[in-house]
Amino acid sequence: MLEFAATNGGPVLFFQQLELGITLGAMYALVALGYTLVYGIIELINFAHGDVFMWSTVVLLLVSNALGLKGTLGGFALIGVLILFLAIGMAVSAFLNVSIERLAYRRLRKAPRLAPLIAAVGVSFILENIAQLTIGSGFIAFPPIFPTTALNIFGVKISILHIFIFGLAVGLMYALDRFIQTTKLGRAMRATAQDPEAAALMGVNVNRTIFMAFLIGGALAGAAGLCYNLVIAQVNFFTGFKFGLIAFTAAVFGGIGNVYGAVAGGFAIGIIYALSIQYFNFLPGGGVAWVDAIVFGILVLTLVFRPSGILGQQVPDKV
Amino acid sequence: MLELQAVTAGYGPAEVLHQVTLQVNQGEVVSLLGANAAGKTTTMKTIFGLVPTRGGQILFEGQRIDKLQPDQIIARGLALVPEGRRVFSRMSVRENLEMGAYMQNDRTVITQGIDLVYDLFPRLRERDKQLAGTMSGGEQQMLAIGRALVARPRLICMDEPSLGLSPLLVQLVFDTIQKIRKEGVTVLLVEQNAFMALNIADRGYVLQTGRIILNDTAQKLLVNDTVRAAYLGG
Ligand SMILES: Nc1ncnc2c1ncn2[C@@H]1O[C@H](COP(=O)(O)OP(=O)(O)O)[C@@H](O)[C@H]1O
Ligand SMILES: [Mg+2]
Repeated sequence: MLEFAATNGGPVLFFQQLELGITLGAMYALVALGYTLVYGIIELINFAHGDVFMWSTVVLLLVSNALGLKGTLGGFALIGVLILFLAIGMAVSAFLNVSIERLAYRRLRKAPRLAPLIAAVGVSFILENIAQLTIGSGFIAFPPIFPTTALNIFGVKISILHIFIFGLAVGLMYALDRFIQTTKLGRAMRATAQDPEAAALMGVNVNRTIFMAFLIGGALAGAAGLCYNLVIAQVNFFTGFKFGLIAFTAAVFGGIGNVYGAVAGGFAIGIIYALSIQYFNFLPGGGVAWVDAIVFGILVLTLVFRPSGILGQQVPDKV
Repeated sequence: MLELQAVTAGYGPAEVLHQVTLQVNQGEVVSLLGANAAGKTTTMKTIFGLVPTRGGQILFEGQRIDKLQPDQIIARGLALVPEGRRVFSRMSVRENLEMGAYMQNDRTVITQGIDLVYDLFPRLRERDKQLAGTMSGGEQQMLAIGRALVARPRLICMDEPSLGLSPLLVQLVFDTIQKIRKEGVTVLLVEQNAFMALNIADRGYVLQTGRIILNDTAQKLLVNDTVRAAYLGG
């Protein structure tokens, strides 16, 4: 389980919360990327994205039960299970996201903007309800397969798990960046994001680039699902709702539609989250009671004062 | 080469094109004239599958292309320089040109195509790595034309390529069209600058509220009373 507030004070405490914030931020960033990729291409807020993320946590729980996993793994067993879980988590969420696009959003592409948004809310309910029927309403423990070893650097504990998650997230983000910047399909996605009609005139199959956005966004959410299970160690059908909203906040904070913004926003929100829990602890009910208000306050303030986010768009569309 | 036969098209409840029939032959420059909102851009979008036809047929080299997706139409050897340039503003000049060659997989052919465009517009070569959105309107128009040319289309359609440019750049655009035609590329040109368009065109059509009302050789249109009154300032 996660230790939210460290007991030592001073800089050690600060860095301990920072370490937690970066870990949370890595997960938010992975999910935020899914919102931003889809928004960037079809200007749809995929309200069901948090639930697409949640489904990877659920399926991974079912798989770990089926495998009879209970305690900590080590060596090749751990590596093997992590690779397997990563593949399953990414595949589940990618498949779900792509299916939703195909079945629900695609036919609404020419409809007024509100229609696909409402469809997304509907899909979100459906995914949550099916998850609830599958695993019930309670919180189910995910087996603590990852060793709890931590490095101690000047009193700050840096867990190996958190290092793993950070490395995984950064690795996936780097791969995404290379894909978008250097491959032909990546360039086609950027072109579609900037001007779908002009992209079609270049011979881009716009349906395919939209498919790719949902596929990649889903896969990243699935990777986040594995990280979530390892860190939070509890699975619940409603997890995706709040996690999704926070990740969405991160995407908006960073500049929705901008992949670098989603990464920056994800880490920023994760760090703000972890520090708020600690440093607003003096408020009635403790920091935990206030942290959501703080995060969603950031969402509201961003939307009011800087709708294009902290990074926004670097170059104007017209001269 | 390109034939529109009684094409009807529109948006939502509004029908914009009514039975438009026109023809562009191999090697010709054909100009499509008409006042604002006559349906010129809609005609272009319909040819490229961006607006669906509601009636009639579109043929390219004898084969039907209406009902095809834009990427399938491009693959036949057509290219469009869209109204308002529509370059990818957050991509470099080179990336824009690579987008123009999207259907081409052979690297050497793509590089050759880009070099040809750079020979045509040396200004673009200097700005190879510059983001398109930071260039002047004239440079963006060169890029839009270049982007359509890298794919080496057999028919190039241009929608008001001289719009909003200074006289010098307008001249450059028209000179470029002459060069393109010398390379054997067929041109369908939508222009508001009717005088210049008819001067380089072989034939012309006049579109009025979605109907073709005139169809003649460029020389005859230049002296036609209706055209003179409406588009050539008397
Ligand atoms: N996307 C659209 N939706 C609805 N109506 C449109 C759209 N685009 C153009 N129109 C209408 O179609 C008519 C023809 O427009 P257009 O083809 O752009 O004319 P032109 O290029 O000759 O100026 C106009 O009345 C215009 O208002
Ligand atoms: Mg027009």
